[in-house]
Amino acid sequence: MDSGVEQTRELLNQITINTDTRDILAHETKFRIENGFDDWTIVDVDAHHSEMSSWREVVEYLDDPILKHYAQEFQSRTGGAPGLSNATPGLRYQDAGGRIPHQQKLAEDVDDKSVHRDVTLMRRSLDAMGLDFQVLFPGNLLQLGTHPQPRVEAQLALAYNRWVCERILPADDRVKTLLYLPISEPDTCLKIIKEFGENPNVMGFMITAIRYKPVHHNQYIPIYKELEERGLPLAFHAGLTWGDDWMKQLDLFISMHSVSFVLCNIVHMTNWIVHGMQERFPKLPVIWIESGLAWLAFLMQRLDSEYMMRPSEAPLLKKLPSEYMADMYYTCQPIETANMGLTEETFKAVKAETQLLYASDWPHWDFNPPSTIYNLPFLDEQAKRNILGENAVRLFNLDIKK
Amino acid sequence: MADVYVGREEEFEDRGRKVIAQGDLEIGVFFVDGEFFAYENKCVHQGGPICQGRILNRVVELLGEDKTSQGLTWSDEDVHIVCPWHGYEFNIKTGVHPGYKNARLRKFDVKVLDGEVHVII
Repeated sequence: MDSGVEQTRELLNQITINTDTRDILAHETKFRIENGFDDWTIVDVDAHHSEMSSWREVVEYLDDPILKHYAQEFQSRTGGAPGLSNATPGLRYQDAGGRIPHQQKLAEDVDDKSVHRDVTLMRRSLDAMGLDFQVLFPGNLLQLGTHPQPRVEAQLALAYNRWVCERILPADDRVKTLLYLPISEPDTCLKIIKEFGENPNVMGFMITAIRYKPVHHNQYIPIYKELEERGLPLAFHAGLTWGDDWMKQLDLFISMHSVSFVLCNIVHMTNWIVHGMQERFPKLPVIWIESGLAWLAFLMQRLDSEYMMRPSEAPLLKKLPSEYMADMYYTCQPIETANMGLTEETFKAVKAETQLLYASDWPHWDFNPPSTIYNLPFLDEQAKRNILGENAVRLFNLDIKK
Repeated sequence: MADVYVGREEEFEDRGRKVIAQGDLEIGVFFVDGEFFAYENKCVHQGGPICQGRILNRVVELLGEDKTSQGLTWSDEDVHIVCPWHGYEFNIKTGVHPGYKNARLRKFDVKVLDGEVHVII
């Protein structure tokens, strides 16, 4: 018996790791169409794939024959992270004990054998969220900056970069990347920039922020100089660690993640600003990825206050730290909106209309679909369009066909 | 106001559910401890498909009389529905988040007539 005017339909009772990405994100697809922004340009500046699922392929791209041998032999071992990587067990908590299936695993059926499985999964998220472009990053390899063997970090970075540029990116024009730079070995970084700097799918380069070497050190200056001369952006991609002495006191994932993902970029940003890197490389676009936004207002206030009292310690600066910070770019995810007034003030502080870049972080547990930006109550339509796509189009010189 | 037929009463096991759509409206109907509860399938956080998430008991922390922590365990009473998008949790019987009372799901009345389960929209 149905006394309503429309026939009811039964939906999937439960979303699991086997559910199709398009079904998981169906609400976003529907929202975008209902609200009429399905024809907007949307660029997702931070999404991920699970390179560890393809680890056997990645290690085949290692140059070093001995490391390749170890990597191949490690795969015969039971349990643990794939050999040569330094993935930490803490990452396993991200799916909140299986509560967030898409973080746990994307185990859905993929019939198309003409492209790598990751390409199909990315296409599904691109279509479901209405994205024109997606900037792809690895997952566990973002931990590589703390690898105890700098040479292994560099060799794995090179192998991953070659693999992703050869096997993944060419399959779909909408998928781009900011390639991993293993700055523990600056010479390898320069080699990577030269090898991939003109690849049409490489929009720039990325340093993983979980690392314990000051980013202003003189040994890294040639890297920044090379990028600036080529007009290629540099990104700092935040990450987590349970390994440093501060994080060891935070015995729950929620605590460690809340602090760790921000602290790394606070440290690097402070060095970047105070050591005058924006004065030294004024034409180098710098992007800060995945630390959310709430930290920015704090750091602007803090650094401005201290700089006013101690200008002699930062003699390269010609304006306030907050002014340099407002010249750089930020991805929005994971956006903090529990106090919308604070969110609005943060947007003003960082000049979000021109400097903020939409990022989904899909398929991670704290992802933000484009509707997150569309729904912000204090933005006008042009600001939303800028943040969702047009700022990124300008920054990366993307070719928008529509 | 309209009645929407969801299914037969016997189709629902304890802690079972059905998620239905009528037009643009999606509703999850849950059967917990002998009662039916219905909510819009839309999380108050970012619009995720809340009713299609996992059903898990609430996690509680045990404190000794001296206020020391005695560890975590499952609640015997409170059953939660967890949003599969980001993990927001709501009590299935009240539709309210355990720590933020203003976060509550849109609730619908359920009636059972001659073994047929209906939601009132």
